[in-house]
Amino acid sequence: MKPRNNDNWTAYQKEIADDHYYFARSCIRQNFFPAAENLYINILRDLLGKDVFDDAKQTSCTGIAYHSGLIPMETIMTVIARQFSLMNEAGYENFVVSCVTSFGIYVEMLETWKHFPETEKNTRNALKRATGKTFEIPKNIVHASDVIYKFRKEIAAKAKYKLVNANTGEPLKVVDHIGCHYAKIFPSHGIGGAEYPYVLAGLIDEWGGQQVDYPERRHCCGFGFRQYLLKSNRGYSVTNSKKKFDSMQPYKPDLIIANCPGCTFFLDRWQYVIAEQEGKTYGENGYGIPVLTYEELAGLLLGYDPWDIGLQTHQVQSEVLMEKLGISFNKADKYKGPGGIDLGVPENPVTLRC
Amino acid sequence: MPTLYEQLEKDVRYQEGMKACMNCGVCTAICPAAEVSDYDPRRILNIIQERDETALETLLKSDEIWRCGECLSCKTRCPRGNTPCYVIQALRALSIETGFFIESEQGRKQLAIKRTVGDHILKYGYCVYIDEVDNETYPEQGPVWKWLRKNRDSMMKRLGTSYHKNKAGTLRNTARESLDDLKKIFDETGGTSRFEKIEKFSADKAREMNIEFSKGKDEYWKFLYNE
Repeated sequence: MKPRNNDNWTAYQKEIADDHYYFARSCIRQNFFPAAENLYINILRDLLGKDVFDDAKQTSCTGIAYHSGLIPMETIMTVIARQFSLMNEAGYENFVVSCVTSFGIYVEMLETWKHFPETEKNTRNALKRATGKTFEIPKNIVHASDVIYKFRKEIAAKAKYKLVNANTGEPLKVVDHIGCHYAKIFPSHGIGGAEYPYVLAGLIDEWGGQQVDYPERRHCCGFGFRQYLLKSNRGYSVTNSKKKFDSMQPYKPDLIIANCPGCTFFLDRWQYVIAEQEGKTYGENGYGIPVLTYEELAGLLLGYDPWDIGLQTHQVQSEVLMEKLGISFNKADKYKGPGGIDLGVPENPVTLRC
Repeated sequence: MPTLYEQLEKDVRYQEGMKACMNCGVCTAICPAAEVSDYDPRRILNIIQERDETALETLLKSDEIWRCGECLSCKTRCPRGNTPCYVIQALRALSIETGFFIESEQGRKQLAIKRTVGDHILKYGYCVYIDEVDNETYPEQGPVWKWLRKNRDSMMKRLGTSYHKNKAGTLRNTARESLDDLKKIFDETGGTSRFEKIEKFSADKAREMNIEFSKGKDEYWKFLYNE
């Protein structure tokens, strides 16, 4: 039987360069999950032996401002053209983006240059006039999780733990959240496209877990850019996350993994807000469902110390998950500074157990 | 003086996003903003394709164009290849350029975003920066963030970042040369002019509303951000 058109996406793959990456950092990840990107680079360099260039000259792509209706398209186009120029100066051709919003921006601007060639010409002229720089378009542009997906088997081979409940032997139930701008804008740039995104599901399958296929799996986390950035508008954001939590809860997920820095943040923090405002929690026994980035999950399974990779900086804590995985950890070390100095502990929320 | 439509049509996002809408409403059905607010992308595209200059002006002065969350789910689903979100982006840009944004409660709020995210970009090289994100402004950050911010010098060291350092790595200082490049790009491409327009029109509106307007988190900013 001939496959239906949509079925073609289930096997859809894209080109992901094998080595020599220029790494473009994320504003949200650096601030809210400050150990994640170093962990990512360490996994690529130390575990997989890859060459990753971390550039001190790069800046924000300005994507959050752009999607909030704040800056012109010509401005963001020229900012990303400058990032390409920095990649050229460093001698790289493969551009790896650490943020889904940003990844969507880079792809969108490249597509716009194809559809409206005069915009590329104008961008080149603007960059030259403003900074004296010129640029070449990357040979390969991917999201950071695409590289983890590409090497998921190598990571599995070196992992100390699997996504399996150490007490029962059952696979852990894992929710994947892809982030709208990974593939909804340009499906051909996402593994599995927009219909069957497999970039995180592939990690769950390879690392021993069980995917949770719940009704609102593809719904937005609710960032909404200007809707979150204004306190008066945040009801939009928490309402959309709540819709997802309510939809996934009957499946009793052990863990959420997220692709996008913003989504990771909202799925973590809105659980705290819903617990404190509504008295409702989504994990077992008053806990939340831990929300990890893809490299935080890889780091845990590879045996990194959970407190050195920053898991204590999430509001929903991960001890319950680590106990299920059979990972031992030193509770006393959790909130210590460098050299073991005592930094006190965060206050406990009223409702959400931490 | 070009008409509003002539100005809108110059925007490549309008050209790409508005092909021919048959009003099926799939965009509204999939839209997270339509589900939680008075927002209807199907209705907006229908108004746009009627090419009524007065109706367009009303739209540019309305709250509705500011309710989209730019998730772009509409792009995936439109059976005619339209992208309502791109049209919204073009409408928002035109609303600021014409000064109509201050006529709506939601449009006015662009000043509050300009004075946070917008100014952070040119000051730090980041859209968001830990030193500016306090729990009062962002209470959903929770107690863990309060603790992390209080101990950020120590914790950023433990987590191996380059916070406040002049070298590559997480949360490094953005070099003066890079910040200068950003400013020159903003000057060259209309970013600076856009920010100046937001400030200028907002000053007029604050005066009309009799709310204190100066800079940073003044009374007008607090009003826009919180209410």
